[in-house]
Amino acid sequence: MNITHPESLIFWSVIVFAILFILLRKYAWSPILGAVRGREESINRALDAADDARKEVENLKADNEKLLQEARIERDAMLKDAREIKERMIAEAKETAQTQADKIIKQAQVVIEGEKQAAVVELKQQVASLSVEIAEKIVKGQLSDQEKQLKLVDTMLDQVTLN
Amino acid sequence: MIIVGNSFRRFFHLALLFCSFGAIAQDHQTHPSETPEDTSFDATKLINSHISDSHEFHIADWNGKAISLPLPVILWTDNGLVTFMSSAFHHDEEGKVVVERGGQQFVRYQDEIYYADANGTVSFEGEGNVVNSRPLNFSITKNVFTLMVTAAIMLLVFIPIANSYKKNNRAPKGISGFLEPLILFVRDDIAIPNIGEKKYQKYMPYLLTVFFLIWLGNLIGLIPFFPFQGTLTNDLLFTGVMATITFLITIFSGNKGYWGHIFATPGVPKWLLPIMIPVEVLGMFTKPFALMVRLFANLTAGHIIILSLMALIFIFETAWISPVSIAFSLFMYGLELLVAALQAYVFTLLSALFIGQAVEEHH
Repeated sequence: MNITHPESLIFWSVIVFAILFILLRKYAWSPILGAVRGREESINRALDAADDARKEVENLKADNEKLLQEARIERDAMLKDAREIKERMIAEAKETAQTQADKIIKQAQVVIEGEKQAAVVELKQQVASLSVEIAEKIVKGQLSDQEKQLKLVDTMLDQVTLN
Repeated sequence: MIIVGNSFRRFFHLALLFCSFGAIAQDHQTHPSETPEDTSFDATKLINSHISDSHEFHIADWNGKAISLPLPVILWTDNGLVTFMSSAFHHDEEGKVVVERGGQQFVRYQDEIYYADANGTVSFEGEGNVVNSRPLNFSITKNVFTLMVTAAIMLLVFIPIANSYKKNNRAPKGISGFLEPLILFVRDDIAIPNIGEKKYQKYMPYLLTVFFLIWLGNLIGLIPFFPFQGTLTNDLLFTGVMATITFLITIFSGNKGYWGHIFATPGVPKWLLPIMIPVEVLGMFTKPFALMVRLFANLTAGHIIILSLMALIFIFETAWISPVSIAFSLFMYGLELLVAALQAYVFTLLSALFIGQAVEEHH
């Protein structure tokens, strides 16, 4: 091939290319590249956000777990406390009841003792008076004739000497 | 090199994809509309006329008459600007038809427009060299027309795409879904690995424009009917302009390290510098020169082969050769579709590489 009138193609190539380049840069490449970059950024942002959300959920889960654990421990402690209180109360009640009972028993014993003493005293008096009456009657009977009186005197005298 | 190899593989797959549907499309286009008019068939002339620039856009021949689209002739003469349509020459390329405009006479001899001499024609000296002087010629030639068509298609394709991004900031749809991977390919596999993450943005518009202009220009050249047919990269001047722009960008973005490498190559003894400097300076120019020739030669070679295969039918003067011609040129068409994309890739890649070398940070 022959190269003829080179100036025409060089001239128009430069002009057309320059116009094409300027127009495309302004109206095509900048918006397209910008949009693509924007989209890439937004995708990255969305991925980051999703990552964050997942982490947050995980944290939340861990928090919940911790809370649950704490609640469980607290419940156990409370149950333990309640059991202890119950036992203490029962023990205290038992103790109080015991002392109360003891006191009542002691009082009863004292009363019984007193009654017993009174009864014994009364019995003694009655026995004494009965004895005296019986003795009176016996004495009256025995001393009704002379012989018997003398015998008695003899016996008594024997006893005295024997002593 | 690994990055280049990787991106090359990706690119190859991409190119194969285009090949596959391109091959179907070109099936019925292999019948050349360019049947020769006279009995004596000259294949060289046919091929030359197809790959050369011209003042007319040749569409077809009908009953021995050429049908073509006349393009404006714009001349900067001694008396100022002169314009007329190329149809004024009536397809004459031998300097026989004289066109008179603004008191000046013009003749056309083998695509070049001269001032007619006193005899109203061109005169020669020695081995057919024309002695006539000629005006500066700023005509819209076939290749300029093709360039304008290509540029117009690019504007019509990419500006609406850019607008579609304003409305839709979600995943790309339609044609932008098809072209966005290519744009990202230029960005992620050509610009960023070669120029670097920090500086690539400034050069993206140039790389994208070049990539799509060459690719689309090559593809348009493979469509064998009006208004396409013309191949941008068939013109050494066009590829030269592109290579020069890359060269200028390289030079103007060259940093201290780049110039230091040329005029005081590190690690080279002082006494060697008088040899090294010319070599390095020469290297500056051979790079864009190689760009220019590579881009020009690839598609041109393909076109010459296809045209030669078609010419076989007329050389052997039998239709029985046509299955061979068609089969081989089909194969060549497939190859050219691949080469069309490959050359766009190679040119863009090397431009990015040279720019990358110029802006590279030296530590």
